[in-house]
Amino acid sequence: MTSRQKRFAFIGLGLVVLGVATVLVLNAFQKNLVFFFTPTMVANGEAPKGQSFRIGGMVEDGSLKRENDGLTVHFVVTDTAKSVPVTYKGILPDLFKEGKGAVAQGQLAADGTFVASEVLAKHDENYMPPEAAEAMAKAKKAKASGAQSSNTLVIQTQ
Amino acid sequence: MIPEIGHFALILALCVALVQGILPIYGAAVGNSALMAVAKPAARTQFLLVLTAFGCLAYAFADKDFSVLYVAATSNSQLPLHYRLAAIWGAHEGSLLLWTFILTIWMFAVTLFSTHLPDTMRSRILGVMGLVSVGFLLFMLSVSNPFERLIPAAPEGRDLNPLLQDPGMVIHPPMLYMGYVGFSVAFAFALAALLGGNLDAAWARWSRPWTTVAWCFLTVGIAMGSGWAYYELGWGGWWFWDPVENASFMPWLAGTALVHSLAVTDKRGGFKVWTVLLAIMAFSLSLLGTFLVRSGVLTSVHAFATDPKRGMFILAFLAVVIGGSLLLYAWRAPRVGLGGSFSVLSREGLLLANNVLLVAAMGSVLLGTLYPLFLDALDLGKISVGPPYFDSVFVPLMTPALFLIGVGPLAQWKQAALPDLAKRLRWAFGVSIATAVALPFALGTWTPLLSLGLLLAVWIFSTAVVGVRERVGHVAGDGYVARLAGVPRSYWGMLLAHCGIAVFIVGVTMVKGFETEQDVRMNVGETATIGGYTFRFDGVQDVMGPNYTAARGTFHIIKDGRETAVMYPEKRRYTAQNQVMTEAAIDTGFLRDLYVSLGEPLDDGAWSVRLYHKPFIDWIWGGCLLMALGGVVAVSDRRYRPAWRREPQTVPAGARLASRQIA
Repeated sequence: MTSRQKRFAFIGLGLVVLGVATVLVLNAFQKNLVFFFTPTMVANGEAPKGQSFRIGGMVEDGSLKRENDGLTVHFVVTDTAKSVPVTYKGILPDLFKEGKGAVAQGQLAADGTFVASEVLAKHDENYMPPEAAEAMAKAKKAKASGAQSSNTLVIQTQ
Repeated sequence: MIPEIGHFALILALCVALVQGILPIYGAAVGNSALMAVAKPAARTQFLLVLTAFGCLAYAFADKDFSVLYVAATSNSQLPLHYRLAAIWGAHEGSLLLWTFILTIWMFAVTLFSTHLPDTMRSRILGVMGLVSVGFLLFMLSVSNPFERLIPAAPEGRDLNPLLQDPGMVIHPPMLYMGYVGFSVAFAFALAALLGGNLDAAWARWSRPWTTVAWCFLTVGIAMGSGWAYYELGWGGWWFWDPVENASFMPWLAGTALVHSLAVTDKRGGFKVWTVLLAIMAFSLSLLGTFLVRSGVLTSVHAFATDPKRGMFILAFLAVVIGGSLLLYAWRAPRVGLGGSFSVLSREGLLLANNVLLVAAMGSVLLGTLYPLFLDALDLGKISVGPPYFDSVFVPLMTPALFLIGVGPLAQWKQAALPDLAKRLRWAFGVSIATAVALPFALGTWTPLLSLGLLLAVWIFSTAVVGVRERVGHVAGDGYVARLAGVPRSYWGMLLAHCGIAVFIVGVTMVKGFETEQDVRMNVGETATIGGYTFRFDGVQDVMGPNYTAARGTFHIIKDGRETAVMYPEKRRYTAQNQVMTEAAIDTGFLRDLYVSLGEPLDDGAWSVRLYHKPFIDWIWGGCLLMALGGVVAVSDRRYRPAWRREPQTVPAGARLASRQIA
C-alpha cells in the first residue's frame, strides 16, 4: 500500500467506527429518553401509555396510605390544578413527605393510577425538586391565563 | 479581620497571576530571559498567597465565624471540627477556592520539578497556568467571594448538608480536584508546545508523568465518590449515571485516551497533533465538570440563569479557555507535525483504536449529560436520560476497547503481523473462552453479559501473563528473578493498571449477575434470608450523636447456624435542618458485602428494611485503586528521572526491546 492509500484506509476505518458509534448512541438515546409530564398533562391524556415517564408535583396532604405489608404505598401527586394517584412498592426516600415536592418515574396503568418504579427526592427539606416546582408553576400560570381568557370571552359576548 | 486578610491575599494573588500569565509568555516569545525568569518566583508567591487565603477560610470555619456568609451557610456550631473544615469545599465558593489552591500547588510542583526543562518551555507552562488562575481568581473576587461578610452576623449557621457529613466527603473532593486541576499541567504543556511550535519525544516524556499522576488522582477521586454514594445514599448502588458523576467521568475518559496517546508520542513521536488536542479536551472537560457540579446548573437550569452574572462569567470563561486554546490549536498545530507513519495493525494502530473508542464513549456521555440541559434551557421540555441509555451505549463501545487491552501491549510498533499475534495469543484466548463458558454454569446462572464480562476479565489477566513471559524472555540477566527485576517499572505499571480494569470488570459483572436485594417489613425478632445469610432484626434503640439523634437498629447475621456479624444501621435526624438521613450498615468481605438500611418505622416496633447481598462489589473499587497504583508505579520508572538523561550510555530495557522489535 502506498502511504496515500494507507491514509485513506485509516480515515475510512475511523469513519466506520464513528458511524457505528453514532448509530448506537442515537438509537439508545431515542429509546431511553424519559420525558417529564405534569399531573395536568397526564389528566389531559398527553402522557404515553405503556411507556415509562416521569411525573412531578406536590404530595397531597393526608394522601399517603400504607398497605399492611408495610411496603406498598399509595399517595397523590398534584400540581394544584390536577392530581394523579400513585402506587409504589418499596422504601421511600428519606426526604419524601406529604406536602413536599416529589418526582416519580413509572408507567400509567389502565385505571389511571401511576405505578412508580422509582421515587426520587434529591433535594433538601425546604427545596423543591426542579421538575416538581415547574409543574406547580405551570399549573398556576395556566390557571391565571385560563381565567384571563374566560374574561376576554365574557367581554366579547357582551 | 482574618477573613479580610484572606480576601486581600486573593486580590494580591490575582495581581501576581496576571504578571505570571503575561510576562513569561511574552518573554519566551521575544527571547527575553529576564522576563522568563519571573515565572518561577511568581508561581511560588501565588502559592503562598492562595495558601494564606485558604488558611484564613479554614480559620473562619474552625472559629465558627458566622459573620462570614459562606461559613454561616455551610456549617453549624454543633458540627464537629473535621466536618467544619471539610465544609470549606461543601459549596460553590469554597470549592472554587480549593480549586485555585490546588492549581497553585501544581504550579509550585512544576517550579520544583522542572529544572531540566528549557527556560522557554517552563515559562510558557507556568504562564498558561497563571492565566488559568487569573480566570478563577477573577471569578471568585467578582461574583463568588467566599469571604463575603454577613452583617449582622448570624447567631447560628445553617449547617452542612448531612449527606456531606461523612469521612468520604472529607477526602473525595480534594482528590477529584487534584485530578481535574492536574490536567491543567498537561494542558499547559500542550499550549506551551503549540506556542513554541516544537513538540518532540522529549516533550512527551516530560509531560507524561504529570498527566499520569493527575489521572491517578482522578481515578481515586471518582472511585471514592462512587464508594461514598454506595454507603451514604442508602440505595446500595455504586454508579447512577447521574450528571454529577458523568461530569467527573468525562475528563477521566479523555485523560485515559491522553495517557495512551502520550505513550505513542513519547516512544514513536507519533500522534502529536492528536495528543495536544486530547490534552486540551481533558482540561476543558475538567473545567466543564467543575462548573456543572458547583454552579447549580444541574439542580435547575433556570436558577442558574437567574443569577446571570455568575452564569455569564462561567460561560465566558469556558468560551475563552476552550475557544482560545482550540484557536491556538488550529493556528499552530500544522507546525507541530504529524509524526511517523505506521500500519493499521500495529501498536500505534491499536492505540489509535483505543483512543477513538474512548473519545466516542466520552462523546456519548457528554450528549446524555448536556442534551437535557439544552432542551430545558431552550424551554423545549423536560427530559432525563437514564442509566439504560448509558448502559446500552457503553457495553458495545467498551467491549472492543477492553479486548484490545489484551492485544495492544503485545503488538509490535509500526507493523505487526496477524498470524504472529494470533499464535502468541491463542492460549490466552482459549483459556478466556473456556472460563466464560464454564464458570457461569458452575455458578448456576448464565446471561450473555455475565459470560462477556468474565471473558474480558480473564482475557486481560491471561494476556498479561503472556506479556510478562515474553518480556522476561527478552530481558538480559541470569535467572528468572533477576530478569523479572529487569523488566522496567513502566511496564509493570501498565500491567497493574490493566489488571485493575480486569478486577473492576469482575466486580461489575458479579454484582450485576448475582446481587440480591429485598425490601421487607420486619417485626422485632423476625428473620429474613438472602444469599444464604439470615438477618435477625432485634429492634431499634435511640442514640445521640454530636449534631443528630438516631434510631439504631440491631441485626444479627447468621450463616450455617453460626453468627457471623452484628450490624447497626441508623436512621438519623440532623437537628440543625431537621433533616432525616439513612446511615446504612455494611459488613464488608473479600467476596461479598452485606448491606442493611432502615426504611421507615411501622406499627409495634416493626420497620421496613432494605437488605442486600452484593457479591464481589468491593472489587469495583479495588480495581480502581489498582489502576491508580499502576499509574504510580509507571511514574516511578527511571526513564522519567531527570538524572538518567545525563548518562546517555545507559539504554533502558524498554528502548532496547523496542529497537529489537523494529528490527
